[in-house]
Amino acid sequence: MNPPTFDSVQVGDALPPLQPPPVDRTTLALFAGASGDHNPIHIDIDVARRAGMPDVFAQGMLGMAWLGRLLTAWAPQSRLRRFDARFQGITHLGNAMRCSGTVVEKLEQAGERCVRIELLSANQFGQTKIVGEALVALP
Amino acid sequence: MIDKKWIGHELPASVLPIERSRLQFFAKAIGETDPVYTDVAAARDAGYPDLPAPPTFLFAAELDSGASEQLLADLQIPIAKLLHGEQGFSFHVAACAGDTVTVRSTISDIYDKKNGALEFVVKTARATNQHGELVAELRTVIVCRH
Repeated sequence: MNPPTFDSVQVGDALPPLQPPPVDRTTLALFAGASGDHNPIHIDIDVARRAGMPDVFAQGMLGMAWLGRLLTAWAPQSRLRRFDARFQGITHLGNAMRCSGTVVEKLEQAGERCVRIELLSANQFGQTKIVGEALVALP
Repeated sequence: MIDKKWIGHELPASVLPIERSRLQFFAKAIGETDPVYTDVAAARDAGYPDLPAPPTFLFAAELDSGASEQLLADLQIPIAKLLHGEQGFSFHVAACAGDTVTVRSTISDIYDKKNGALEFVVKTARATNQHGELVAELRTVIVCRH
């Protein structure tokens, strides 16, 4: 796929979606180590239960990192200007996330031609977990 | 209730040396397969001096340093009540392996909703590199649910 250009991209275009494997404990443990988020609620079921949760659950930043992969697979990271996420629900073990993005606006910002992208991460039951937005400068 | 006296509080600076092996581990953890993030030759072909830190990686700075944990202790937010509400990044210059990034955060707001059932803490940060260049700005909203 050729990298997108400002002229080739239209409002309404969808980015190629990203579907990581269902969340499992190994992924949460690896992400805890790699991200530096050692909060045991994500990796130790005893701590999660004491906190009133049925089991461990995904770090919010894991879901945001997957949305980041969606963006950088579409356009080089050097073109990413802004990336915002709102965490709307807990991502549980077994959740198979579908990360998607849609171009919603073409605009000029700080002298650069940019596109604004709406981002969504939802599980296999259609439950939204993260909504977000990105600004990408395009040649 | 979280004491609003913390509005304006500056966290100690968090210094994060960006290392190739850590970036490769991070790529593995998030399932990133683009060689730009794991193979130095591919990164250089893409115009980076070394492996680039992925967009959300700098969030690690205040976790590694302990600044995030200290903040939760200061604000008396137990992890059982903690949620990550929002996260934002504005990007300026790339951060790559070999760079040392320093993150300096300030508590910019504290407010509550639903008669105090949910409390929100807004933290804004500037990340600069060893040349004093602005790498990124970060905005974090943490939520304490009662």
